[in-house]
Amino acid sequence: MKIDRRRALAAGGALLSAMALPGVLRAQGKPIRIGSTLPLTGPLASLAIIHKVTAEICVENLNKRGGLLGRPVEWVLRDDQSKPELTRTLYEQLITADTVDLIQSPYATASILAAMGVAQRYNKVLLHTSFGIPKLAKYDMQFQTAGSPFDPENVWPNHIFDAAAKLPKPPKTIAIVTSKFPSVHAISVGAREVMKKRGLTEVLHLEYEFGNRDYGAIASRVKEANPDFLWGGTNGIDPVLMLEAMKKIDYRPPAQAHLFPAPGPMLKLPEAQGALALTTFESHAPFTDDPVIAQFVKTYGERAQQAGIPYTSVDLQSAIMYASWQVLESAVTATKSLDDKTIGAWLKKNEVKTLFGTLRWNGPQNYVEGADLYKVKQLQQGKWVVVHPTQWAAPGAKLT
Amino acid sequence: MPSATLLGQSVLSGVFIGALYGLLGLGLSLSWGMLRQVNLAHFALAFLGAYVTFQLAAVAKIDPFVTLAIVAPAFFVLGMALHWFFLRFSVTLLNTLLVTFGITSIIEAGIQWYWTADFHRMENAYAAVRWKLGPLFLALTDVITLGFALALALGAWAVLRFTDLGKAIRATTEDAPIAAAFGVNEKLLGFLVSGFAASVAAVAGLCLALNHTLAPVQIYAWMGVVFAAVMMGGLGRPIGPLVAGIVIGVSEAVTMAVTNPTWAPLVSFSLLIVILLLRPARFS
Repeated sequence: MKIDRRRALAAGGALLSAMALPGVLRAQGKPIRIGSTLPLTGPLASLAIIHKVTAEICVENLNKRGGLLGRPVEWVLRDDQSKPELTRTLYEQLITADTVDLIQSPYATASILAAMGVAQRYNKVLLHTSFGIPKLAKYDMQFQTAGSPFDPENVWPNHIFDAAAKLPKPPKTIAIVTSKFPSVHAISVGAREVMKKRGLTEVLHLEYEFGNRDYGAIASRVKEANPDFLWGGTNGIDPVLMLEAMKKIDYRPPAQAHLFPAPGPMLKLPEAQGALALTTFESHAPFTDDPVIAQFVKTYGERAQQAGIPYTSVDLQSAIMYASWQVLESAVTATKSLDDKTIGAWLKKNEVKTLFGTLRWNGPQNYVEGADLYKVKQLQQGKWVVVHPTQWAAPGAKLT
Repeated sequence: MPSATLLGQSVLSGVFIGALYGLLGLGLSLSWGMLRQVNLAHFALAFLGAYVTFQLAAVAKIDPFVTLAIVAPAFFVLGMALHWFFLRFSVTLLNTLLVTFGITSIIEAGIQWYWTADFHRMENAYAAVRWKLGPLFLALTDVITLGFALALALGAWAVLRFTDLGKAIRATTEDAPIAAAFGVNEKLLGFLVSGFAASVAAVAGLCLALNHTLAPVQIYAWMGVVFAAVMMGGLGRPIGPLVAGIVIGVSEAVTMAVTNPTWAPLVSFSLLIVILLLRPARFS
């Protein structure tokens, strides 16, 4: 067959295009539509923006790799305004009116519980990122992608106290100050039991309403109790407000942990240095040894900056969202199916390697009891680094 | 039993947070009592003021107190514009509640659009200054808040009590047509009161930025307790919200010091009910 110059150029051009834009050429046909909500407005919006930026990167990468089952992926996102009742309605709409093929996670326990009810009604698999009370997850086709255990009220306090025991001065007396925000409160209640079993002494136990404005009296009570270690059953901005109130009365706890602090504001606070917190992922080796993950960390940093997110490192929040898309891609690819029952059955029998460890769902209510993928991080010299367990610790990092 | 130091420090903490309640409540009380406008947007304006202060201080590197020279006059104009809107569309008392709730949502969305929903903290040298009085500590930013609250509340009270302008405003509040018959310019006074209330929101915004980490959604966190302070203090009474705010703040702080902090809101709102029930009619 004679190949003329024009045909040769056309073939060469096509080949070059295929190399340059493999995803565009490979992902063809009707898009696979994946629906979810996030609290883009309302009290949880500061965290939702992290999830949104992460998911956009995941979908973009997925499409660059050829989409799912050779089809492009389209993410249908709705704003649930941090309202569980609206989440329920929006998932109904996503499934019935938008006829999405699969659904993804909303954010936070109450909204996930609302979405779970809808998923159950329509027999949809629900992957979820941030469900704080696993015992309430009764639906057979819900699967957590956060690396949480079935019993966080037992496992997570042990992580914290294991790490605290390795501090230069291991604590003997503990002050527990906890918000009544449901998930952190449940973990703090568990912490009291764990403490007793470990022979630690509780010198103070305080509970305050979520959304508390004045931490002055709480700070004074902690100062007066003079504990070796402050257990903060806190999330979001609460630990910052608490530590600022302590600073005003010239007090700093000798050692402290806060369950899920907003990472950015803590960095700027000298009083927060040395604080422990829970995480699944931090932007350092060994997490970033995988070049794909290292690239994600880099891309996230750029996109987060563009989106005006003050803390631009990948940590717990972005990692659990990324893992959720890893799980979805693995399950669809392995089953070559979009059928929820097929995907659900596969997840129960298999495991998925994510950026923060291997997820399994072979225990009670699709969780694993007594074990998880959470780690303890510490704020050191203005940076969060994993310090416990040692196999996930940042190179050279030690508890200080 | 809590120690005297714990109680003393808690009372101080309650006074300072109460001063902020009073500062936020001052503008609300004046516009409610004198203009018959339940201005929920006052909270949003205070947070907008806080964010603008943050922006000018953190980005443009202007001293937070110097920013007041820009923000307070700008808010005065904003307050007058809001009053013009209410007059132009003849918004009734009940409808001001609904309209200003809508304005609050719009301002919140605007703040979130520009500054994102994430937390922002204004780093400032004033936050590091504190004094020791025996076993008790005083933070400069708290003292400044109390100073502003006292100065503005007493200043507004003195103007209303002792000046012709204040007498005209009070007369208009009592009976606008009769006041007008005596030559009082009701419209102009309305604009002045509304502008002043918005300027007070700007000052409250500065104090919020000095003392607190900012997030758009926190606009709503202050509404309940400041409303309580305004109701307890009396509508249109400049000193009332400050006194009531301090009573609420101290009662919350002492509750937190002696029992579980979860009881604090219950105590303050129970106090509101008791005071509203027992208050003499002349203070209502």
